[in-house]
Amino acid sequence: MTQDEVIIAIKDIIAQIAPDEDLTNLEMDVRLREQIELDSMDFLDIVMELRKLYGVQVPEKDYMELATLAGCVKYLHPLLEKKPLHCAQGAPIS
Amino acid sequence: MPSLARIVITGVGLSSPNGDDLPQFRRNLLNGVSGVEKYSIRHVGETLAGVCHFDTLRHQGRKEVRRGTRAGSIAVWCANEALADAGLTPGPAGSAPAGTPRTGTRYSPTRIGVYTGITEHGNVETEHQIHEVAQYGFDLSFWSLHHNPRTVANNPAGEVSLNLGIRGPAYSLGGACAAGNLGLIHGVQMLQLGLVDLALGGGVSESIHTFGIFASFRAQGALARHDDTTQASRPFDLSRNGIVVAEGGCLFALERLDDALARGARIHGEVLGYNVNSDGTDFVLPDSAGQEACMQGALAHAGLAAEDIDVVNTHATSTQSGDIIEAEAIAKVFGSAPRTFVNNTKSFIGHAMGAAGALELAGNLPTFQDGLVHPTINVDALDPACAVRNLVLHEPMRLPRSETVLNMSFGMLGINSAVVVGRYKP
Repeated sequence: MTQDEVIIAIKDIIAQIAPDEDLTNLEMDVRLREQIELDSMDFLDIVMELRKLYGVQVPEKDYMELATLAGCVKYLHPLLEKKPLHCAQGAPIS
Repeated sequence: MPSLARIVITGVGLSSPNGDDLPQFRRNLLNGVSGVEKYSIRHVGETLAGVCHFDTLRHQGRKEVRRGTRAGSIAVWCANEALADAGLTPGPAGSAPAGTPRTGTRYSPTRIGVYTGITEHGNVETEHQIHEVAQYGFDLSFWSLHHNPRTVANNPAGEVSLNLGIRGPAYSLGGACAAGNLGLIHGVQMLQLGLVDLALGGGVSESIHTFGIFASFRAQGALARHDDTTQASRPFDLSRNGIVVAEGGCLFALERLDDALARGARIHGEVLGYNVNSDGTDFVLPDSAGQEACMQGALAHAGLAAEDIDVVNTHATSTQSGDIIEAEAIAKVFGSAPRTFVNNTKSFIGHAMGAAGALELAGNLPTFQDGLVHPTINVDALDPACAVRNLVLHEPMRLPRSETVLNMSFGMLGINSAVVVGRYKP
């Protein structure tokens, strides 16, 4: 997965978690929760989907690393670069 | 004891397998239109059920739907529709900032109560989570954080409070398949106690989404089978073979009469009396004596005699023994009431469990306007053991008098409920 694909992957997950939000113009360096309506339970859902879809375990101490899209890329790319992108569309969402 | 306030029904919000508002529901009950269809659910496979088709997104955002439950969505639908029907239009979802009440200015959000009768709640969500976690080798780190808020018993009423910004008491009443009446009854009581000014009371059911309920009825030999889905629910017919499980909901907007008149509300009917009791005899099998006592108690509470009731809406679910037991109770109470007519709504929609009592009462309220009693369908050969006097079959009938309806709902562990509603008279 490239860095661009990591962005696609995370946006795809957010689209499932927050289906009423417009994700087309998200800024890379602005906190996601300042741009769209995401609460703490949504954030935990995002972590859960990363675990389900890609087997990535994000420990609680690292949650802040995922606050922005740029942070997501920086933190997740090393964990995802050897994994293929597959979208959450159609995947079970709990 | 001081006299209690008169309580009236000023709004009806419902979703039924054959209608998503009262006019459509009533029209289909008068025209013999069934809402039972083919249905498939995991582990059970092909079966049939009463399925609702309301537009979930009319009153909820997609995120609300994802986070919540089917019962919550049904309750939110019914609550919004009941308020609109009552002339207390809440406005479209998203029309008010988060946390701001959408219930209009007539009643304070702290003085509105929500009471959802439920047969059960949480089976759907628990089964789903177990199915999910099984795919991950039962690693519970994959168990959803949403499990608890989805499965708490107050979930359907709580989702209504979140959706509408209601700050008053909002909770469920568990009463097996007698529960729809319990939500209504509790709303009446809370209004009479002066603890709320507007009550949304009734029942909801998401039961078609749990395989367990189908499997359990099947194990009991009480799950309906029929090649023609529309004929599967056939209470009182000789060839009946079990229950058609249905989802649905109905919430009534209830107000004290004085408040309703002060705002010029349209009144669907007045709650004249009710009763809830227990058989105290068996986990599953109903008891005719308990049912009879329940109906007699409701009549006494309403200050009416059996002869004063125009429509008796039965609970009969299309099981072999249950229908006969109920017919015996009806014969004892109404056997000598020449102008009392008897019908059954489950023959159209199946058994909507916790919603059944409220939905079936709603389907009969328009009798005060149209003067008709809707029929019981699918009775090709009436079981002689169920041949109660004045059972209305096949076609609607014009009533000689349409002033009162008595609705009955019974449930497992021997709970019985009955509600008497009358045409509003000043």
